[in-house]
Amino acid sequence: MKRSHDSAAVNSDMIRKPIQRWAPLFLVPMVAAFLIGFVWPFFHGLFLSFCKFKTTSKWEWVGLLNYEKALADESFIYSFGFTAVFAIVSLVLINVFAFAVAYALTQKIKGANLFRTVFFMPNLIGGIVLGYIWSMIFDGFLGYYQTSILMDKEWGFWGLIILTCWQQIGYMMIIYIAGLQAVPEDMLEAAKIDGANGWQTLFKVTIPNVMPSITICTFLSLTNGFKLFDQNIALTGGYPYIINPDGTSVHTTEMLALNIYNTFYVGANTRGVAQAKAVLFFILVATLAIAQLTATRKKEVQQ
Amino acid sequence: MKKLLAMLMALVMVLSFAACGETPEEPSDPEAPVEPGETEATGSVYWLNFKPESDEVLKELAAKYTAETGVEVKIETAASGTYNETLTAEMDKSEAPTIFVVGNQAAVDTWGDYCLDLTGTAIEAELNTDAYKLYDADGKLCSIGYCYECYGIIVNNALLNEAGHDVSEITNFETLKAVVEDITARSEELGFGAFTSNAMDSSSSWRYTGHMINLEYYYEYVDDNAAWANGTAAAPTLTGAYMDNFKNLYDLAVVNSIVDRKELANGGFDAQAEFAEGKAVFYVQGSWEAGGLEGKGMDLSTLSMIPYYCGVEGEEKAGLNCGTENYWAINGDASEEDIQATIDFMVWLVTDPEASEAAVGTFGVMPYKSAAVSTNPFLAQANAYLGDGCYNMAWITNFQPNVDAYRATAVNALNAYNADPTDANWATVVTAFIDGWAVQYQAVNG
Repeated sequence: MKRSHDSAAVNSDMIRKPIQRWAPLFLVPMVAAFLIGFVWPFFHGLFLSFCKFKTTSKWEWVGLLNYEKALADESFIYSFGFTAVFAIVSLVLINVFAFAVAYALTQKIKGANLFRTVFFMPNLIGGIVLGYIWSMIFDGFLGYYQTSILMDKEWGFWGLIILTCWQQIGYMMIIYIAGLQAVPEDMLEAAKIDGANGWQTLFKVTIPNVMPSITICTFLSLTNGFKLFDQNIALTGGYPYIINPDGTSVHTTEMLALNIYNTFYVGANTRGVAQAKAVLFFILVATLAIAQLTATRKKEVQQ
Repeated sequence: MKKLLAMLMALVMVLSFAACGETPEEPSDPEAPVEPGETEATGSVYWLNFKPESDEVLKELAAKYTAETGVEVKIETAASGTYNETLTAEMDKSEAPTIFVVGNQAAVDTWGDYCLDLTGTAIEAELNTDAYKLYDADGKLCSIGYCYECYGIIVNNALLNEAGHDVSEITNFETLKAVVEDITARSEELGFGAFTSNAMDSSSSWRYTGHMINLEYYYEYVDDNAAWANGTAAAPTLTGAYMDNFKNLYDLAVVNSIVDRKELANGGFDAQAEFAEGKAVFYVQGSWEAGGLEGKGMDLSTLSMIPYYCGVEGEEKAGLNCGTENYWAINGDASEEDIQATIDFMVWLVTDPEASEAAVGTFGVMPYKSAAVSTNPFLAQANAYLGDGCYNMAWITNFQPNVDAYRATAVNALNAYNADPTDANWATVVTAFIDGWAVQYQAVNG
């Protein structure tokens, strides 16, 4: 067939030139939105973490004082510990279950599409709403024993875990399904011919091939675990507190984001401290995410 | 095929241009004069309202004022329980509120810098009392009350009489306890109980951690008002001398309630409905409840409100807890025209007969010389107590430091105490209220 110089082809000069010329027009709104909605607040927030302020437009430079106070705050350290445990437990549970569900639903069972839709649906509900719904479910059950999820730290922790798993498994499942469907049939067939049993196929063929999905899912569930806020404030609000004899209290189910939020509203002197905590929080989550991404990337295989 | 694709892309491009062209379609010019002829209307008013239940009335009043004077009045209402958050965001805007609510000492500490000194303003001159003024540490008049309220224990007299008692029997904790326990003992036969539910979820816990606890603070304040700078500043620490009295009344209400104390942490009860349906005789609440109870079909003339009797000596002379968290502050950073317009609007609101009638209807009582007279029965009763020579239990609760965290800690302690009412758990309640005060005071002021 003759190669035609079709002037209407997508890669022809007639089309490409105007696109190149007008590209900024299409890019500018998005870039502007990104600058206004993310870059500017980010740097402004960074700046404010070195200030004492009540509203963001009236500030007074205090240097590193906020960081000193933030790091000296025991409640911040406590929430960090609680959040870390939470993030690890939820990471493991979400990914194991999501992978298992995805694996089951790619085995050509009847109604697989229906199941996928149903499992994905919790993800469409907002965190605050979910928190209140689950608090009713838990308290409906615990109320039978005349108690409440707000009364015990363990319940609060596992309540949050159940809620988070329920919400996120469906989402991770979709990613795993996409990964599983991309595993080459001929490799699976070759494994079968070579006499590999089900477990061997799973661990030696399937999992190495879905490593990209595992990378992205662990990344998402780890950062989601650290960033959890809506569900936390709606389900437990940091309750129960342990009240020390000196009048201070430990908010036993308060995670990092909620701790930052609560610090912000303590009073006029603590907003800068909350901002400093937020910056530390960002550095922490970013470092963890990058470390985890590099670690799992190494395990990915080229098809 | 490629032709088709190219045409499609071209079409998309055209459409997106068209869409772009359509967006900046807001023709209204903000600089446009409100009405020709009314040239003085230069400033504008923006009131960030604190009371969601008053939103509708205030918006009507604002529209009326604009129609009369041409001055633009904007009313925004923060969702219940989010005033501080909303105010923080709104104060950052170039068109910040000109009127906002600075209702307690914690708010003065946070927002004092933003408040106009109200000393000598036209609106201050309209006040008929000095009781509702908040000052900052330098003596600047930051905010003035625009209405006040009272709280205590609401009594359903019809039910009380049905149980063979009368409200006149109740003059102190002893007599209150006798009546309450008699009703509880006979509740099956009577078909109603003594107290409504005392839920500790956020929609109801403030009735205890914010209001009932005031009896403890108040009597401490009476004993040593120098510690409170004669009622102008929070005491840095509390003694807890009256925690036993708080326990008396709290236990009485919780033990003799129609809802088991172990279920209170969950919440989800509707005390107003329980009271309106005649399930209980006593209801720990305040004057703002009058409208709600009337709306549920109660005859307000059958209700009365009694003070927090708790076993303090001389409490036969106790009155209701009158005070307010509703204080107006004017934004000192606003332009002069806006400040002037705001003061004019406030003066109009408390002097214009029709406007003040509507405002008093939603607010209860407004402590201003020319404001309309209140019709709230509970406030009338508060005044009757004062007329009989009883003392008003001032709202020392307004000094609670870092109020949200302080109260949340107290709720936690009370939850644990309700689940297992032991002395050890009560000791934690005392720690939360008393030592917790000092801790939060340090967090805010330290």
